Amino acid sequence: MGMSLQQIVFGVLSIISIISALGVILSKNPVTSVLCLIVTFFTIAGHYIMLNAQFLAVVHIIVYAGAIMVLFLFVIMLMNLNAEIEPQKRNWLKYAGAISGGALLLVLLGALREADVTPLQPGSTDIGLISNLGKTLFSQYVVPFEVSSILFLSAMVGAVVIGKREA
Amino acid sequence: MPVQYYIFLSIALFCIGVMGVLMRRNAIIIFMCVELMLNAVNLLLVAFSKMWADAGRVDAGGAQIFVFFIMVVAAAEVAAGLAIIVMVYRNSQSVDINIMNRLKN
Amino acid sequence: MIHLVWLVPFLPLLGFLVNGLGRRYLSKSLAGIVGSGAVLAAFVISLLIFLEVKAPGFQAQVVPLFDFISAGSLHIPFAFQVDQLSALFLLIITGVGSLIHIYSTSYMHDESSEGFARYFAYLNLFVFSMLILVLGANYVMMFIGWEGVGLCSYLLIGFWFKNTNYNNAAKKAFIMNRIGDLGFLLGIFTMIVHFGSVSFPEVFEKAAALGEGSKVIPAIAILLFVGAAGKSAQLPLYTWLPDAMAGPTPVSALIHAATMVTAGIYMIARSNILYTLAPCIQTIVAIIGLATAVLAATIALKQDDIKKVLAYSTVSQLGYMFLALGVGAYTTAVFHVMTHAFFKALLFLGSGSVIHAMGGEQNINKMGGLKKYMPVTHITFLIGCLAIAGIPGLSGFFSKDEILAETFISNKIMYGIALLTALMTAFYMFRLYYITFCGKFRGTHEQEHHLHESPAAITIPLIILAVLSVVGGYVGLPEVFGTHSILKEYLAPVFAPSAPFIHEHEHLTHNTEWLLMALSSVLVIITIFFARSWYRNYEDNGEPRTGIAKVLENKWYVDELYDAIIVKPLMMLSRFFEEAIEKSGIDRLVNGVGRGVHWGSQQVRLLQSGQVGFYIFAMVIGMVVLFVIGFLLK
Repeated sequence: MGMSLQQIVFGVLSIISIISALGVILSKNPVTSVLCLIVTFFTIAGHYIMLNAQFLAVVHIIVYAGAIMVLFLFVIMLMNLNAEIEPQKRNWLKYAGAISGGALLLVLLGALREADVTPLQPGSTDIGLISNLGKTLFSQYVVPFEVSSILFLSAMVGAVVIGKREA
Repeated sequence: MPVQYYIFLSIALFCIGVMGVLMRRNAIIIFMCVELMLNAVNLLLVAFSKMWADAGRVDAGGAQIFVFFIMVVAAAEVAAGLAIIVMVYRNSQSVDINIMNRLKN
Repeated sequence: MIHLVWLVPFLPLLGFLVNGLGRRYLSKSLAGIVGSGAVLAAFVISLLIFLEVKAPGFQAQVVPLFDFISAGSLHIPFAFQVDQLSALFLLIITGVGSLIHIYSTSYMHDESSEGFARYFAYLNLFVFSMLILVLGANYVMMFIGWEGVGLCSYLLIGFWFKNTNYNNAAKKAFIMNRIGDLGFLLGIFTMIVHFGSVSFPEVFEKAAALGEGSKVIPAIAILLFVGAAGKSAQLPLYTWLPDAMAGPTPVSALIHAATMVTAGIYMIARSNILYTLAPCIQTIVAIIGLATAVLAATIALKQDDIKKVLAYSTVSQLGYMFLALGVGAYTTAVFHVMTHAFFKALLFLGSGSVIHAMGGEQNINKMGGLKKYMPVTHITFLIGCLAIAGIPGLSGFFSKDEILAETFISNKIMYGIALLTALMTAFYMFRLYYITFCGKFRGTHEQEHHLHESPAAITIPLIILAVLSVVGGYVGLPEVFGTHSILKEYLAPVFAPSAPFIHEHEHLTHNTEWLLMALSSVLVIITIFFARSWYRNYEDNGEPRTGIAKVLENKWYVDELYDAIIVKPLMMLSRFFEEAIEKSGIDRLVNGVGRGVHWGSQQVRLLQSGQVGFYIFAMVIGMVVLFVIGFLLK
C-alpha cells in the first residue's frame, strides 16, 4: 500500500507525540515529565507545519516550549521536586483513573469514528501565513487582541500578588 | 489524508491528559496534563482550519486566531497557576493535591 | 351640576382618607368636623343635583370617569348614572347620613380621640361605598359599592373589637353577606355571558328584547335576589342583622336601618324590568318578603333588648318592601324605603339617646318612666312609633297603606297576613314605647341619678328626623285624597321600561281603598290601646317565659337551627379535613419531602470529600455517561 510522504511524516510525529505524552504521565520524576512534554509540544508544532500553520507553529514553540515549560522547569527546580518525592496514590484510584480515561477515549473514538468530514487536500493553503493571520488579527480581532494584553497584565499582577510573601 | 487521523490523535492526547490528571497527585504534573489537553484541542482546531481552507472558506483563518488566543490565555493561566502552586508549596511544603481538601468544609 | 356628581362620593372618600390617615393627630372636634362636613357638603351637592333631576322630562345621564375594565368585547366604564332613582337615594343617604354624623359627634364622645377618628373614617367610607352603590352606572360598579358597604358594616359592627361577641357578630354579618354576594356575582356573570354587558341601559334593553318566557331573565333575577336577600336581611339570610346591633347605635341607625339594608331594594327597583319579565321570581320575592315580615314581627314581640326590637322591626319592614317589589309596586317599595329611613333612623337614634342616658343599658326591663327625664327623646320616639305603626297622617301610614293596597290587588291572602304583620308592628313598637318611657323607673338608683336629656347634637337630629317622619309621607299621597302622588310621577321614568310588560290589572275603587285604609287604621289604633293597657304599668316580675313566648324570645330558635344544620356539620367537615387531609395528608407529605431531602443530602454530603481528584474523576465519568447517552439517542 502506497503511503504518501505526508502520511509517513504524520505517522512518525504522532507516534512520537503519543509516546512522549505517555511519558509525561508515567514518569516518576517531574523533570522527566517536563522534558517529555516539551518533546510532545515539538511534535505538535511539527503537525502545525504539516497543516500549513507556520505562524502558529512558531508561536507555539516560543510560547510553550520557550516560556511555559521553562517556567515549569524553573518552579520544579525551585521546589527541589526533582526527586521522586510523590507519594504513591492509592492503587485503586490510579486504576480507576486509567480505566475512566480509557473509557473516555473509547467513547470519543466511537462517537467520532464515523464523523462525516472531507479529507484534507495535500496542497498547501496560505491562510496560516503570518501576513494573512496578521491582517485578520489586526482588523477583525483587534479588540480581543488588545483585551488580551489587559489579561496578561492582570495575570502578571495576580502572579506577583499571590507570590508575595505575607500578602 | 483524512481529517479523522487528526481527530484520533487529538482524542488520544486529550485522554492521556485526562488520565494524567486522574492518576497523578503532583499538582505540577496535573497542571502539565491540562496543558497537554489544551494542546490536543488546539491541534484539532488547526486541522479543521485546514479542512475548511481546502473547502474554500476565506474565514478559516479564524480558527487559527482562536488557537492563538488559547495560547495567550494558557500563558496567563500558567503564570497565575504556578504562582498559586508556589504559594501552596510555601505554606504546606508539598504540592500533593490530596492535602488541598479544605473545600470540604 | 350633573357633571359634578363625582364630588358626591369623592367628598366622603376624602373625609375617610383625612380621618383614617390622621387619626393619631386629629383632635376629636376636628375629626368630627371633617367627617360630618364631608357628608354635609355631599348632601348639599346632592340637593342641587336633585333639584335639577326633578325637573319634568329629565333624561337619565351617565357621567363616565374612566375605563375600569376593558377586555375583549366587554367594556365596563367607571361611570355614574344620575337619574330619578339614584338622585332620591343620594338625598336619603347623604341627608340621613349627615344627621347621623352630627349625632355621632356627641354619641361617640367617650371614645379615645384615635377611636373617634377611626369611627368617622369608617362612617365616611361607608357613605362613599353606599354612594358608589347607588350612583354606579352598571352592575359591576354597584357590586363595588355593595362589597364596600359590606366591609364597612363589618368594620363598624366590630368597632369595639376587643369584645369577642362583637367580633363574632361582625364576622356573622360578613359571612352571611358573602353568601348573598356570591349570588349577585353569579348574576353579573350570567349577564355578561348572555348580554355581553353590565351597564343598566344595555342590559334592560336586551332583556326587554328577549321578552317574557326567556329562561335567562328568571335565572338572573333569582341570582340578584339572592344577593338582595343577603344584604337586606331576608329569609333565610336575616339572622346577621339583629346581631349587627353590636355596633354603635348611630351605625345601626345609618347602616342597619336606613341605608345599607335597603341596597337590596334599590337593586331590585333598579332592575325592575328583569323582575317584571320573570313573574315567577316576583312571586318568590313577595312570598319571601312576606314570610320575613311575619317571622321578624313575631320575634320582635318578645325581645327585651331595645335595639333588638328595632332590629327585628327593621327586618320586618324590609320584608314589607320586598313584598311591595314582589307585587310589582316598585314605586311603593322605594316610597317605603324613604319613609322607613326617616322613622327607623329616628327610632334608632332615639334608642341611642336612651342607651346613652342609661349608661349603656339596653335591656328595657331595666328602664321605664323615662318620659319625665328625657322629654325631647320621648316625644320624638313617640312620633317614630306612631309613624311606623301607621297612624293616619304620618309618613309610615301612607307608605305602608300603599303596600297593603297593592298587595290587596294581587292577592287577598297575602293582604291578610300583611295586615296582621302591621298590627304586630304596632303592638311591639308600643310595647317598647310603654315599657321604656312609661311606668316607673326599674333601673338602679345610680342610673336614675344620672338620667338626663341628651345634648343638642343628639336632640337636633332627632327633631329633624321626627319632622321628616311626619311630613315625609306627603310626597306619596294616594290618589284617593284627590291629588296625585308626587313620588310616583317623579319615579315614573325609572320604571318606564317595565310598563309595557305589566299586565293591566283591576284598579281599586276609591271606596275599597277608603275601606282598607279605615280598616287598618282602626285595627292599629285598637292594637295600640291593647299594648297600652298591658304595658303602661309594666313590672318586670323576672319570671322566665314559657310556651310560645319562650320560643319567640329565642327567635324561633333559628340561630340554633342554623347552628345545628349548617355550622356544626361544616365545623365537623373542616375538622375532618384538618385531621385527615391537612395533618395526616398534606403535612405528612410536605414534612416527608423535607425529611427525604434532609436524609438524601446527608448521604450525598459524604461525596463532597474535598478531594479534587475525586471531583475530576466524577466529572470524567459524567462526560462518558453523557457521550454514551448522546450516542444511544442518536
